[in-house]
Amino acid sequence: MRYARRYAHPVTMPTVPSHGNEAAERLASMADVTASDGALRRFLHGLPGVDPVGLEARAAALGTRSIKTTAKAYAIDLAISMIDLTTLEGADTPGKVRALCAKALNPDPTDRETPRTAAICVYPDMVATAAEALRGSDVKVASVATAFPAGRAALPVKLADTADAVAAGADEIDMVIDRGAFLAGRYLSVFEEIKAVKEACRRQDGTAARLKVIFETGELSTYDNIRRASWLGMLAGADFIKTSTGKVAVNATPANTLLMLEAVRDFRATTGVQVGVKPAGGIRTTKDAMKFLVLVNETVGEEWLSNEWFRFGASSLLNDLLMQRQKLSTGRYSGPDYVTVD
Amino acid sequence: MSDRLSVLKTYKLFVGGKFPRSESGRVYEVTDSKGKWLANAPLSSRKDGRDAVVAARKAFGGWSGATAYNRGQILYRVAEMLEGRRDQFVAEVADAEGLSKSKAAAQVDAAIDRWVWYAGWTDKIAQVVGGTNPVAGPFFNVSSPEPTGVVAVVAPQESSLLGLVSVIAPVIAAGNTVVVITSEKAPLPALSLGEVLATSDVPGGVVNILSGKAAEISPSLAAHQDVNAIDLAGADEELAKALEVAAADNLKRVVRPQAVDWAADPGTGRLTAFLETKTVWHPTGSLGAGGSSY
Amino acid sequence: MAFEYAPAPESRAVVDIAPSYGLFIDGEFREASDGKVFKTVSPSTEEVLSEVAQASAEDVDAAVKAARKAFEKWSALPGAERAKYLFRIARIIQERSRELAVLETLDNGKPIKETRDADLPLVAAHFFYYAGWADKLDHAGFGANPRPLGVAGQVIPWNFPLLMLAWKIAPALAAGNTVVLKPAETTPLSALFFADICRQAGLPKGVVNILTGDGSTGAALVAHDGIDKVAFTGSTGVGKQIARTVAGTDKKLTLELGGKGANIVFDDAPIDQAVEGIVNGIFFNQGQVCCAGSRLLVQESIQDELLDALKRRMSTLRVGDPLDKNTDVGAINSAEQLARITALADSGEAEGAERWAPACELPGAGYWFAPTLFTNVTQAHRIAREEIFGPVLSVLTFRTPAEAVAKANNSQYGLSAGIWTEKGSRMLAVASKLRAGVVWANTFNKFDPTSPFGGFKESGFGREGGRHGLEAYLDV
Repeated sequence: MRYARRYAHPVTMPTVPSHGNEAAERLASMADVTASDGALRRFLHGLPGVDPVGLEARAAALGTRSIKTTAKAYAIDLAISMIDLTTLEGADTPGKVRALCAKALNPDPTDRETPRTAAICVYPDMVATAAEALRGSDVKVASVATAFPAGRAALPVKLADTADAVAAGADEIDMVIDRGAFLAGRYLSVFEEIKAVKEACRRQDGTAARLKVIFETGELSTYDNIRRASWLGMLAGADFIKTSTGKVAVNATPANTLLMLEAVRDFRATTGVQVGVKPAGGIRTTKDAMKFLVLVNETVGEEWLSNEWFRFGASSLLNDLLMQRQKLSTGRYSGPDYVTVD
Repeated sequence: MSDRLSVLKTYKLFVGGKFPRSESGRVYEVTDSKGKWLANAPLSSRKDGRDAVVAARKAFGGWSGATAYNRGQILYRVAEMLEGRRDQFVAEVADAEGLSKSKAAAQVDAAIDRWVWYAGWTDKIAQVVGGTNPVAGPFFNVSSPEPTGVVAVVAPQESSLLGLVSVIAPVIAAGNTVVVITSEKAPLPALSLGEVLATSDVPGGVVNILSGKAAEISPSLAAHQDVNAIDLAGADEELAKALEVAAADNLKRVVRPQAVDWAADPGTGRLTAFLETKTVWHPTGSLGAGGSSY
Repeated sequence: MAFEYAPAPESRAVVDIAPSYGLFIDGEFREASDGKVFKTVSPSTEEVLSEVAQASAEDVDAAVKAARKAFEKWSALPGAERAKYLFRIARIIQERSRELAVLETLDNGKPIKETRDADLPLVAAHFFYYAGWADKLDHAGFGANPRPLGVAGQVIPWNFPLLMLAWKIAPALAAGNTVVLKPAETTPLSALFFADICRQAGLPKGVVNILTGDGSTGAALVAHDGIDKVAFTGSTGVGKQIARTVAGTDKKLTLELGGKGANIVFDDAPIDQAVEGIVNGIFFNQGQVCCAGSRLLVQESIQDELLDALKRRMSTLRVGDPLDKNTDVGAINSAEQLARITALADSGEAEGAERWAPACELPGAGYWFAPTLFTNVTQAHRIAREEIFGPVLSVLTFRTPAEAVAKANNSQYGLSAGIWTEKGSRMLAVASKLRAGVVWANTFNKFDPTSPFGGFKESGFGREGGRHGLEAYLDV
């Protein structure tokens, strides 16, 4: 309880990244709040409430920032570098995945200065193909896992799904939480599942894939739930907290992303552990991406302004960023025929 | 006299923001007061009525959820657009009602001003009919009006435009959506009004306009379980009674036909007829643990 | 590398300011009877924007006579016709809102973000709202066929020049009165542009008269025998003088004066939104707001975490060029006001309160004051009692709801208050005990034409906005 009321009070401890042994030690020091279902529930329900009108008004106000000229050029390149270029379709084939990998490595064939995307995001059975195509580059392979997108499978299946993706070469795992368990109030069950998946992210050599925890905020429905899920996920060892699968009606919004940014900010102030944020789904235009970067800039600041700590889960966004980038360099509006369709 | 052959207008229904023909494929002849053919109007069927109710229900959430200010702006926009097509409506009303140009113009002007009147009501009616209630206890208690839902309207038979506007504007000003059956013999100004509404930022489905025989279409609307209220303004005595009986099945709010001078100050009756009053209680508690006696 | 926003200035080209302006009397612009003029400057640069006429007592007389003459016909018009004039004005304001926003930012110093997103939309909405009342006065709850008062003399402040004009003129005209309005000395331009809007709308001459000038013009106006109504927004000191001036006359009076709003944050508040509300409450319009939440009353148990969060948030405020679309805090309206803020802030330090402001670079020219926070403030400090009318927040603490209410009410003022708690019954209990005319719960500085605004105690009397706002302009 004490943590919950006091969480926003900054503590003087050095920041450590969420992946690594030091973070695990810090989280272990919070073990009292995850000791039982009751303790975890009291903690999560002790977090400050969220007033939806105020939250959305703040997100909208930041959305009116005017990002021009040099700031725009900077932000476009930053946004490109933060994209998890995603294909998550039943119709995915190795050919489609290889094409997307080529795009990630070389987004704009007319300008080799264009930054690469952060990662490619695929289903587990496409990881090997992606890893092969991206070998030797700094573009990461991210894989969804744990019976994405519904998450409705037994735990051993979810863990096998995860381990399989990691073994095939995934650098990052995007897991979904059990929203049914969360909404039913079985927080400890959700917590234990995330911990188990985190364990399954370990490789033989002792390193681990970074774990992104997807809440499917559109299904959690309330902002109070999103704040609770954020803390739950971070306490369980999430390296990133991620809004959505992109498969439901409401995906990333400025408001739910702002709320999650506040959560990682407060979590670091409490534990010293830095966690990343990934809005996913529905971010299609440069204008949208700018708004999200402004949210990052004015809520958590520079320390989160790299693809180490902030990602966009997107596909069509990239081409819009590329067209805007071409406009900035040539002075004329580009068109869809001047970017690649992959 | 010009040799040019004029282009005739095809009059269509207005449902869900679109302009369909009747699903039945039927039309009927519309004539002026001297019996001269003016146009063919769609002869709506019960299925057209059903489709219109679906469209009205779909639009209800957005329209009732819009701010009163926003609804006021949109209703005022209708007045602006109608003013811009004033000459067209003067001609149509003159033909429809057998009026002189100047008398028809007076009707059209009054119809425009009626939109302005109701535009101003959207954000005021709650202040006139709502308010806090001084209950005897530590409770905050406030009553506010809310729209009742989908309203079916049988438009006045004689006043083809002013009468029509006088019955649909209050329904939507209050936040309801409407399915209106036009005057049977003079449907053309009403069908043209659909074109005005379509270009006035009124969301599709908020107003749905059907031409045809009230006696054919209205019984199924009166009996429809997803319609919340019915205004019988243009129904004759016999039809009105039958419709009121049918409306009782799901306890629709009913406005009975009565003699109305459409040119007179309309008051608030047609607004409040389609408003529900919601009262909310909330404890005010006390500042400390010492009890509620401050 | 940091994400620095490049300058994003709004274009000045959308507004054309003439080198000089006359008085708007009886539908015409004319020079002052004695030819006197004064300059109006842009507070962010001290650049002279224009020269305006200084109305004399003779000009006041002419304006009141014009308004009296116009009253006869204007008040006899059917309400529906008056409504349509006001709707026209509302629409023209909407059409010209960008131009007016830039003009207001230039003349007042407030950020374009605020004039564009707050002032101008509210101005248009206010005219739109009262337009709708003009033909519905019978339904307003003041009996059948309520009559207007006659000629209204209106004096408005510089903090929201056009919005205060709208608050005064829209209900007055809707009710059938005619007006003589004096804008503030430092912000006369938007009222003069409004005169042009009246002409575009075809408003009959003499219905609206605009007199620019200083305090002496305002004094002559409120003292004039030919007016039936005085409406004033401004300082409590001047408000008291006006109350004395109209004593013993038949002039109806409404006053909207100063405030020292308490923003009360309980330990169960939605913290992130409370921080936004506190920032909005005191730094909106550089704190030059009569209903500003200038006293933060925070429950002791969350003081540290709230202040940390507040300071962190204040550090992100962007202070600078008001025309830059990314500016959050603009210039102080005048050198005189800056001096007053500075003096009061200095007294805070001298009396032992602890001063804090984020590192921020202020422009060289113009009138500027950094967003400032005082902690360790007590009820005895001047900065806890006097209206600073600037971006200066005084932080006090409380232990219980009863103490919060007692401290909040311990003021000569009673205009606004804020309550932050997730518990509905606490919110309503506290609201019912606060002696303030507007109480915001889990929000702050919200305005709407349908919502009455005005104060208790020395914050004035009468309400502007809503159905209540009509009463000030009706003979009831």
